[in-house]
Amino acid sequence: MSAVIEPTEHLVTEAADDGHHVPQDNYFIRIALILAVLTALETATYWVHLGPFATPTLLLMMSIKFWIIIRVFMHLKFDSKMFSVVFYIGLVLALVVYAIFLSTFQFFAR
Amino acid sequence: MADIAVHEEPSARADHGDDHGHAAHPSTGISNNKLAMWLFLGSECLLFGGLISTYMLYRGRSGDGPGPAQIFDIPLTSVSSFILLMSSLTMVLAVNAAKRHEESNTKLWLMVTALLGSLFVGGQVYEFTAFYQEGLGFTTSLFSSSFYSLTGFHGVHVSIGVLMLVALAAIIGRGRISGDKAEVVEMVGLYWHFVDVVWVVIFTLVYLIPA
Amino acid sequence: MAIIERPSVSPTPAFAGADASPALVTPTAALGVFKRPVSTTGWKSWLFTVDHKKIGIMYGVVAMFFFLVGGLEALLIRLQLAAPDNTVLNAGLYNEMFTMHATTMVFLFVMPMAAAFANYFLPLQVGARDVAFPRLNALSFWLFLSGGLFLNTSWFLGGAADGGWFMYSPNSSALFSPSHGVDFWTLGLQITGIASLIGAINLIVTVLNMRAPGMSLMRMPVFTWMVLVVQFLLLFALPVITVALFLLSFQRNFGASFFDVDKGADPLLWQHLFWIFGHPEVYIIILPSFGIISEVLPTFARKPLFGYKFVVFSGVAIGFVGWGVWAHHMFASGLGPVSVAVFSAATMLIAIPTGVKICNWTLTLWGGKLWFTTAMHFAIGVIILFTIGGLSGVTHASAPADTQQTDTYHIVAHFHYVIVGGAVMGLFSGFYYWWPKVFGKMLSERLGKWNFWLMFFGVNLTFGPMHILGMQGQPRRMVVWPEKLTGEGFFNLAFWNLIASIGSFVIAAGVLVFLINVIVTARKAEKAPVDPWDARTLEWITASPPKVHNFDTIPTVHALDEFFHRKYEEVETEHGTRLVKVKTAEEIHAEQEATADQHIHLPSPSYWPIVLALGFPIIAYGVIFNLLLCAVGSAIVLLGIFGWVLEPSVADDSDYDPPVDGAGPSKELASIG
Repeated sequence: MSAVIEPTEHLVTEAADDGHHVPQDNYFIRIALILAVLTALETATYWVHLGPFATPTLLLMMSIKFWIIIRVFMHLKFDSKMFSVVFYIGLVLALVVYAIFLSTFQFFAR
Repeated sequence: MADIAVHEEPSARADHGDDHGHAAHPSTGISNNKLAMWLFLGSECLLFGGLISTYMLYRGRSGDGPGPAQIFDIPLTSVSSFILLMSSLTMVLAVNAAKRHEESNTKLWLMVTALLGSLFVGGQVYEFTAFYQEGLGFTTSLFSSSFYSLTGFHGVHVSIGVLMLVALAAIIGRGRISGDKAEVVEMVGLYWHFVDVVWVVIFTLVYLIPA
Repeated sequence: MAIIERPSVSPTPAFAGADASPALVTPTAALGVFKRPVSTTGWKSWLFTVDHKKIGIMYGVVAMFFFLVGGLEALLIRLQLAAPDNTVLNAGLYNEMFTMHATTMVFLFVMPMAAAFANYFLPLQVGARDVAFPRLNALSFWLFLSGGLFLNTSWFLGGAADGGWFMYSPNSSALFSPSHGVDFWTLGLQITGIASLIGAINLIVTVLNMRAPGMSLMRMPVFTWMVLVVQFLLLFALPVITVALFLLSFQRNFGASFFDVDKGADPLLWQHLFWIFGHPEVYIIILPSFGIISEVLPTFARKPLFGYKFVVFSGVAIGFVGWGVWAHHMFASGLGPVSVAVFSAATMLIAIPTGVKICNWTLTLWGGKLWFTTAMHFAIGVIILFTIGGLSGVTHASAPADTQQTDTYHIVAHFHYVIVGGAVMGLFSGFYYWWPKVFGKMLSERLGKWNFWLMFFGVNLTFGPMHILGMQGQPRRMVVWPEKLTGEGFFNLAFWNLIASIGSFVIAAGVLVFLINVIVTARKAEKAPVDPWDARTLEWITASPPKVHNFDTIPTVHALDEFFHRKYEEVETEHGTRLVKVKTAEEIHAEQEATADQHIHLPSPSYWPIVLALGFPIIAYGVIFNLLLCAVGSAIVLLGIFGWVLEPSVADDSDYDPPVDGAGPSKELASIG
């Protein structure tokens, strides 16, 4: 069962954005549970020491959570690609520019 | 007969039916308001990126004051993080309810989201007060200044979000929104999720990754 | 004849399909204390306007005012440097002068003047009736005005900022800049920064979403493309300087130690953050002018732009690569050889797309039937002067060479050639090209030529010698140059400093001639023809000046240079294909009017943008003087936001005064047809 399409004519554009494929509440609740589990795992690293694997593991979990929230909760997966493009440009630019910035301080050289 | 009405922010009236079925045709088929919000969020990546990078540069410079390992209370902060995460879920439920034109459910979930957000901010305030009492003031060291600036900026963003959620619930309740209600809720939702996603990054980079 | 209406209050059958929720929002029930402004004439129609054309004109007028302020500051600097050991300005005042000259010129003149053109012409060039968010557009303007004025009140409130427009730390800290000047600078730029960010979002949505039917991205005029790239640069660069400004404010006003070396800070933090913004900023400065001359050159060469795709893609490429070169402003700051090498290579790369443009512009001229109007003079001037500036830029890209050149007048020469010779001359080209469209009158070509040649010679006279001064070792930002260090022979400092100072007054004379031209033109009665330049792009389909709703009918676009293709057709003859004029502009206009849309809805004016724009400087004064003011300013901002959100984009009928006969509110917005 997909989301209700607005009957109002002037909301045609809204339907065009979201299409017919936005899932229902249960889907999002399941996704939220996955996120909760990931958060619990992240927090667990406070007690379970992973040594040199800590940083990469935490970064990976953070990235997965990030990805899920923007793709699912923020509907990027279901919406027009234009939204993804403008947001990813900003995101990638931030990552690249600030990574270069930190490298000039030899931040990654340790 | 082509008729172009000029689109505006959420309170704008959409164009009128007397144009014989021609809704204003955005050249890309997507909503002005949503595109505007996504552009704004794209720029916010650069904002928080700058604050995060400053923090990463300075997190080891705690001078005579306490450093991250001494001061952070991970269990407490993880509870706050979890609360904020759940507020994202309730926000989605609000947006879905708005799309189904269930006004009272929309208001309900908006208020729950605002409540969870306020709990998060409350947690932050409690945390900062405790840190301050343990000797970490705003000006204590470079670490402290960067830490408070980053988390403070985020906290202000959350607070503004809470304000928007409450205001939105109130305005919907009194039928004061012209135009597409669901889209307004969705726009506020985008902002809220973004604020949550920034915290996902902050929680890992600032609190969890060992310095 | 187009009728511009506002909808009636009660739901009509036309609303049957609309959301079945409660009655339409009426301002009388909303937060507004005063009645919704609705006048279409007089000062109120300017103060509360949301029309992009009026907003564009206001941007232009205010930007021109700040141009004169910044120019005055420049003349004072050059007076001080005209002779050795001069005493026109003391050291403190000199520091304020060069800081404010640059800040004013960059943030309060060039950027807003480009915004003036963008605001006025972007909707016209894409075939829209306004921008995507008209009230936000108004807010951008009023924030610019209030931020710019706020920044300049520093002169009267303890001294202006004096740390250079790049405001390096630790100079910028309270220890070395104890007056409030730097705080006025940081807060003023925050305010204008909000204006530009909002404007960027507005224009991007306008270009992406509000193009006329048939106008694909690759059929947009080059000016629109360049402005689009600029808006993306603004969108992503402004947050970085926002961070830097906040950190500096926190340090100066709340005791944080971000740039305090004693506390272990790294002063390069500021430099990086500033230049990550600062380098895209220079492309923000130049690209609009590149866009303008990309319209002017084909029009007056009577040929299409050579290599449209290359010009567009090179503009986009500049936008991207421009993010990877910022540390070329920091070659002598101790970055280390690896960083320096990487940034040096990247900087050399970015010369390529600009070179592509220069080639394309030159090839546009090649073989064309050149018409040397003033606008064309300025456009060709841009090609020449920007190339000179670009060449010195290439020498700066080489890090070893730059190590000698940095912080000398060689750099000052470079950026003034590209900014004054490039960006400013491009703007003047735009003035002469588009004046008939905006004001319905032609600027005098005779005065225009004087304007051009004075400026052209002035720029070369002022900034040419600075290459020599720089190579001879004269440092930047020095209040005096001493007699005993002037040297002898052809390259002595005394002679060339004097020449440069004389040159600055020649530029000033050129600007004066422009102002005279404006006044003379305003006074003459003669109206401009409908299509004086036999132009190519959509904005010329509108009347001069355009009607309030821009287009009687939104045109359907079939090709690049749509207007041109409506006038001319290719006809096969035994001599090959020829261009034959099939319609005049007057005929096209008449067609437009005959098929005008019947019901055009335009957003109504609003006073909330001004209310909001007033709140921010009050907050800023509060940060500097008294936190209570912050509370007052914040309250105004909050009030303004709520009032705005609750106000519909179109005024209710009851806001209109009833006509004399008492028959009900007048629906006429303006006399049309």
